Amino acid sequence: MSVFDGLKFRKSFSPIHNLDPRIKFVYVIAVFISALLFSQILPLIILFLIQLPFVFLARVQKQWFRSLRGAAFLAGFIFAINIFTNFFFNNWSLTAFDVENALGMTMRFVVLIVSFSVFFLTTSPDHLGLALEQSHMPYEFAFAFTTAVRFVPVLAEEAQTIMDAQKARGLELEKGNILKRIRNYIPILIPLIVSAIRRSLELAEAMESRAWGAVKKRTNLYLLKLHKGDYVLIGITTFLLITTIYVRLFLFTYIPLVSNFF
Amino acid sequence: MITVENVHYSYGNNIEALKGISLTINDGDFIAIMGQNGAGKTTFIKHFNGLLKPSSGIVYVNNVATTKTSVAALARNVGFVFQNPDNQLFSETVEDEVAFALKNFGFDNDTIAQRVTWALDFLSLTQYRKISPFLLSGGERKRVALASVLAWDPDTLVLDEPTIGQDHEQKENLRQFVMQLQTKKKTVIMVTHDVEFVAECNPRVILMRDGKIIADGIAKDILTNSQLLEESSIVRPQIAQIFAKLSPLGLPANTIDIDEAKTMILTKAKESNRQ
Repeated sequence: MSVFDGLKFRKSFSPIHNLDPRIKFVYVIAVFISALLFSQILPLIILFLIQLPFVFLARVQKQWFRSLRGAAFLAGFIFAINIFTNFFFNNWSLTAFDVENALGMTMRFVVLIVSFSVFFLTTSPDHLGLALEQSHMPYEFAFAFTTAVRFVPVLAEEAQTIMDAQKARGLELEKGNILKRIRNYIPILIPLIVSAIRRSLELAEAMESRAWGAVKKRTNLYLLKLHKGDYVLIGITTFLLITTIYVRLFLFTYIPLVSNFF
Repeated sequence: MITVENVHYSYGNNIEALKGISLTINDGDFIAIMGQNGAGKTTFIKHFNGLLKPSSGIVYVNNVATTKTSVAALARNVGFVFQNPDNQLFSETVEDEVAFALKNFGFDNDTIAQRVTWALDFLSLTQYRKISPFLLSGGERKRVALASVLAWDPDTLVLDEPTIGQDHEQKENLRQFVMQLQTKKKTVIMVTHDVEFVAECNPRVILMRDGKIIADGIAKDILTNSQLLEESSIVRPQIAQIFAKLSPLGLPANTIDIDEAKTMILTKAKESNRQ
């Protein structure tokens, strides 16, 4: 469940927490696009390093590191798949270039995880909902989205209880071959899904009985306004996008490959 | 036999949920663990089948330390029924649900069929045998969860809040069921807030507060001890409330059993008639 820990918001104050969620989201998307533009390892490492100042400014290193550790398994999986397919399609041979390519793919995944993790660690679900609403998204969608985000830690806790309940009935998750291990998760997933559905139905009834959606035109107590920090982030985002697109279009072939040095 | 020696337990957030608990539970004991929300009751009982391992101290189940063995191995002797049945139901039929644990423990097919039939019959669920457990009512789902644990016949049964969501008739069934287990020399440990249910069952009561055991004794002494009850925000059972007010007449205030109460009142009435 450590991946979820890396996405769980904790209330605190820092320059990053105070940024406008809309701008932060645009920034994350910019990093996302940049990461997709490159497959070489060097630019991806640079993109990774760019995230670090945000992490330290927001003082969320601990949780952020935990999300990284949680993603390690998936990252390893991506690396293994890449290595294997290269190995398979190159007539059972492997070059240093293939290894670098696989590392690049893994790094791309890590960059995506860390940037989203910083976003979710520093943006409260309330702010997120506010941002969606004030970007003229219908309130129903904004509400559904924030509720989904808010329920992630609740479901994670519930999954833990379900695991305990099934272990108490002799279920051993770590037993058997890979197929058996996947099947072992059926007794965890079904109660989790059933209770999520039941919970959402109950929530819907409780909301309707409290006149949810009775007023068509909603007003907000808090209004999002751009501050100095937000303009700085807009600047950084624009610079990042222009630079990466420029490098991609005109300097792509000049990006050095680490494997060439061997 | 379960022996708990000076057990401390902290969750990841450094909050200490158990602060030094020592206890011996003998075979055939019937125990009710009571106390406020957050007293550490559920944390404590999860140590009996190894779901939680103590941060310091030792829990021995049949002379084996829980840290030295697996949950699956411990579960064979210690059955644990969770508070919310929806945390465990997943099978297509009630029958499969009850057979799940038996398959995990590697019983052969004949034994499984026999045990399932017995457990369903014991909890009057036979008519639902081929039905999906999700179609049953809350109380019935709770009984399926209980049957699914009872089926493998563990020596010790741990019940977390067994009376929640049960009507009076089901509670009475549950009480008789526990009494039946008692005659088979099974150990039953239940966590509950239901004072009346405890008064009817008359078990050994362990009172917890703030991660510690503050009292351990027979129900009739603990459920009538004003100071302990106030500390744990428990209201005394109704019979005890009446007898507390009748104490000027010379009736003992520590009365919780309804039959005992009736006999005493009748005797008193006869005495005063004679005068």
